[in-house]
Amino acid sequence: MKFIDEYRDQRIAQALVAELHRRVTRPWVLMEICGGQTHTIMRYGIDELIPPQIELVHGPGCPVCVTPVEIVDKAIYLAARPDVIFVSYGDMLRVPGSDSDLFRVKAAGGDVRVVYSPLEALKIARTNPERQVVFFAIGFETTAPANAMAVWQAKQQGLQNFSVLVSQVLVPPAIRLLLSSPRNRVQGFIAPGHVCTVMGYCEYEVLSNDFRVPIVVAGFEPIDLLEAITMLVRQLEAGRAEVENQYVRSVSYEGNLPAQRLIEEVFEVCDHKWRGVGMIPQSGYRLRSEFAAYDATQRFALADLRVEEPPECISAEILQGLKKPLDCPAFARRCTPENPLGATMVSAEGVCAAYYQYRRHTVLH
Amino acid sequence: MCLAVPGRILAIEEKEGTRIGKVQFGGIVRQAYLDFVPEAGVGDFVMVHVGFAISQVNEEEAARTYQMLQAMGLLESDALPAPPDSAEGPS
Repeated sequence: MKFIDEYRDQRIAQALVAELHRRVTRPWVLMEICGGQTHTIMRYGIDELIPPQIELVHGPGCPVCVTPVEIVDKAIYLAARPDVIFVSYGDMLRVPGSDSDLFRVKAAGGDVRVVYSPLEALKIARTNPERQVVFFAIGFETTAPANAMAVWQAKQQGLQNFSVLVSQVLVPPAIRLLLSSPRNRVQGFIAPGHVCTVMGYCEYEVLSNDFRVPIVVAGFEPIDLLEAITMLVRQLEAGRAEVENQYVRSVSYEGNLPAQRLIEEVFEVCDHKWRGVGMIPQSGYRLRSEFAAYDATQRFALADLRVEEPPECISAEILQGLKKPLDCPAFARRCTPENPLGATMVSAEGVCAAYYQYRRHTVLH
Repeated sequence: MCLAVPGRILAIEEKEGTRIGKVQFGGIVRQAYLDFVPEAGVGDFVMVHVGFAISQVNEEEAARTYQMLQAMGLLESDALPAPPDSAEGPS
């Protein structure tokens, strides 16, 4: 496929790896934020191709993984109601709540439907006027314009039986939290290319300046990631700390302005809890009051919940780049994609699931 | 979750004030909403995420990979550069 195949060309990969070997003089710790990039790194073995001095740690960039248990529990409650059609992106179905998941609710007769696009949820609402249709609006900034458009169109069309359960998270506040931690080891960041496609990267310049850390916006193919790693190592070895854009074919400095305008119209920034990480100030979106009628938590008067996570799961430290899946005694033993203890094992883009899928473990059951 | 796939716009229609494109991804054709890429036209490539085009692919920039190959003298021959020494593998 055009704009994909050429970014998997082995010859360029080898040239970039050779440059990395020439350039690197000492150990560096780099973090990729986005779960899609983690997946590419594992799938193509990029972590094993680059010089051993360069350590890649994996960040909290999987919206499925960081959706808090409390919101998953609300989803499960709504999905089990006989008057509700619960509509979700497929990735959320097996995410464990406190004691069930959406897949089990569906198996027990709940009307849970998987869609590719949020506008399909609107169509379901139009064709089922006697039922309440709730869409699980999760995602990073990449998905925010699509989710916002669903709410905006519902209002335009006067749809009375449509609402959304929102769990929208924002990347820059999470990077700020990681960099502010005294335990931080990360010296350079690979910023998520599709988040920046929507939002641009001026916010990352603030982070780079505040913490003197190099950041490279990158795409999702193996050449993209190898090039981004090379750009970071060039900066680190030269003592520079700037924001550079590797993914110029999709990302501009200011991002997608029509998409940002719609996000701004529908959502406002709020404090948000991340599964495994905790509350991060100003790191999420909620519906503006003009769209409150489409907020499922208000429509169904869902109270705030507090839920404890399984004590054995170390996803909190994994999501902050402090530990790796192989540091977990439960990994591939008591925690597998079939029976996940925590969300990083559930989503295909979760770090633990990526390690598991590409056999970065010796215990095969 | 944040996956976006490049596809080529084959046709565009206006429906209730919304621009909807027929977009080809390899051998598959799907519908995509083009409201966030008002400048994209038929023949252009867009990155599509959950049914919405979120950017128009900058084809000049995308050609950079081929330029890299050319600069490395790799497009004319199949010769591969010598792989780096054994330090490349996991240690």
